[in-house]
Amino acid sequence: MNQFLAIVIDGVIYSSWLFIIAVGLTLIYGVMKILNVAHGSLYALGAYAATAFGGYWLAQGYPPMGSYGMLVLAAIFVGLVAGPLIERGLLRLVYGKEEVVLVLVTYAVFLILEDLTKLAFGVDPLSIPEPYGLLGSFEIGELMYPTYSLVLVLLSGFVAIALTLILGHTRQGKLLQAVIHDREMAAGVGINVSRVYLITFTVGVMLAALGGALTAPTISVQPGIAAEVIVLAFAVVVIGGLGSLGGAALGAVIVGMVRAWAVHKWPEVELFSVYAVMALVLIMRPKGLFAAPEARKI
Amino acid sequence: MGKTILGAAAGLALAALTAHAGVASAQEKRDTIRIGFVTFLSGPAAGPFGVPAKLAAEAIVEQLNAGKAPAPYNTKGFGGAPLELVVIDEAGGTTKQVSEFRNLVSRQNVDFVIGYISSGDCLAIAPVAEELKKVTVLFDCGTPRVFEEASYKYVFRTRPHATMDAVAAAKYLLELKPAVKTYGGINQNYAWGQDSWNDFDLAMKSLRPDATVTTSQMPKFGAGQYGAEISALLQSGSDVIHSSLWGGDLEALMMQSVPRGLFRKSQLILVAGEPYLHRLGANMPDGTIVGARGTHGVFAPESGLNTWLKNIYKAKADYDPNYPAYSVALAFLGLKSAFEKAKIEQLSKSIPMGANKGVKEEMEKAYNLGPSDEQVIAAFEGLSFDSPSGRASMSLGKGHQAVMGTAYGTTKLVNGKVTVTNIKRYPAEAVTPPDGLASPEWIKGGMKPSK
Repeated sequence: MNQFLAIVIDGVIYSSWLFIIAVGLTLIYGVMKILNVAHGSLYALGAYAATAFGGYWLAQGYPPMGSYGMLVLAAIFVGLVAGPLIERGLLRLVYGKEEVVLVLVTYAVFLILEDLTKLAFGVDPLSIPEPYGLLGSFEIGELMYPTYSLVLVLLSGFVAIALTLILGHTRQGKLLQAVIHDREMAAGVGINVSRVYLITFTVGVMLAALGGALTAPTISVQPGIAAEVIVLAFAVVVIGGLGSLGGAALGAVIVGMVRAWAVHKWPEVELFSVYAVMALVLIMRPKGLFAAPEARKI
Repeated sequence: MGKTILGAAAGLALAALTAHAGVASAQEKRDTIRIGFVTFLSGPAAGPFGVPAKLAAEAIVEQLNAGKAPAPYNTKGFGGAPLELVVIDEAGGTTKQVSEFRNLVSRQNVDFVIGYISSGDCLAIAPVAEELKKVTVLFDCGTPRVFEEASYKYVFRTRPHATMDAVAAAKYLLELKPAVKTYGGINQNYAWGQDSWNDFDLAMKSLRPDATVTTSQMPKFGAGQYGAEISALLQSGSDVIHSSLWGGDLEALMMQSVPRGLFRKSQLILVAGEPYLHRLGANMPDGTIVGARGTHGVFAPESGLNTWLKNIYKAKADYDPNYPAYSVALAFLGLKSAFEKAKIEQLSKSIPMGANKGVKEEMEKAYNLGPSDEQVIAAFEGLSFDSPSGRASMSLGKGHQAVMGTAYGTTKLVNGKVTVTNIKRYPAEAVTPPDGLASPEWIKGGMKPSK
């Protein structure tokens, strides 16, 4: 029974992490139909920014609880700077071209950002462990979990609910949905599609950076973390259906639980389990679990 | 008209350059010795291993060129000829490394290659070095398989392989905690992690057959998130947890597991933990068994060479050299010993016994020429030489694989600084299989001392 509980808790924690890192990717695809391969390096940028901002805050001797605010601030900063820069500066030039070209462009951005982060922050691992340990830990049965993981779960739930409310119940959100549904028609009725793209991309970058910033206190931030995340985020988003928020959530839960089970029961297949699930889902539903039925356009 | 003249001029210039930089024949005059040095300058292995290795190489080459190394290494460069380093990044995968190696040999015209931290790269490069007939010294990779699965004439490894890390870890553990009943592990899912765990598992089964394995976690290299693995290890209630994790993965694991109290009940063994002693600080639980993959760093014996390395390294890096730096020293000093031994033999052979004519000219010719690759190889095989880590003997792999003893210790936090206590040393025979016997067979056969 204890092991079952451990699997469930680990699954929930890992799923929340997966959701936060994948939601930005699916949002950008849903609105702009661009598979943003640079998502991973934006995550890494968020993590590095978090170590810089958080490190500065703590070095100045301000109250340590404020470092959490610094993490969020780092994510927002990265979003506001990198988002418009990439969208206006680069992606704008290739809208309307084939999807392959768009993917190649975002892949190029990924490579460029990888080297830029190395130039800016060096190759040595950086860390900011204080936010992780500050809140202490709590016990469930024999197992001890850091309270930070609970914060991660709550925050991920908050992001999910906030995005759902914004998309479904605010004017801006409904405009966004209109653009998602049919870009040409939306432009035809006077929606400023180009501004919607800018805002969406910026929000997507902020979410990617938020994932990185929240992860930074638990890992050693170093070159290479970007590549790990892209593959996982991609798997989650593909399982759920590209462009679907609910799909990202469901995909995250499925991958999280399967992996937690594998780690506890059958560690040898842990690496393979995520991709086995992805393959199975794609065989049964090639567009993912929540992909909207698409009308064929002539 | 102008274009063709320009084209012809360019062609001539190119031809002249390439003719001058043509493949050096074995007996060409060596005024500088170009050494290709391959190490990780980017990627996760750069911080803990690759860059310290590069700093050590630069420091050692500077010292050798100035003739400032302690005896017996106080001649300038190699046998009087100054050294020139050509540094290459090992990142990018084995396919890329093979083509970089070919570039080093045919375009950069290096005389020797020293390099390779990744076991995968070592296994791929060795046959290529043999094909291109370039003397190559592998300086850091751990896989025993290089010389256990093939023989090479041109390839040498100046540091012992990873079997001794696993075997010594098991022996140290059982000396420290004879009542161990269960053990588990968390290792990276690639050659190094798998080999480390397998060898440790075999050694434990050989030394303590009634101990059982609880769980063997093999997270992906670079995974970074170990929440579930830590829960599984906590659940398993192992007496001992073995880990060969390194780099950011190790730091992440420690940052995530220490607050969860994983090591309050389980004894941790960090096979490659030495480079992190100063980095992990409070996240290194007291009483952790650490190794340095040999008698390097804190395990290095007191000697003039050790003090020399520490001084020259700290001048470049402002912290103590870790084990990759010591591996670099083994490579350069080993190659230097072999080169100079070969040179002396070449000089002595150049003067026929009883000759009385042309002796001076013959000696000068031989002195300026420098030893051929064949002569260096013959001198290197079976060579014993001193280093900051102690004395190394090239006695395995038909004289191409170095053998040394190793040591393990336990960490203790003293005044906020991590120190290593209770150091036990293991001589080479006790932890290394003899020539001709593969590591797994030797371990299963009871690890009889190879003497």
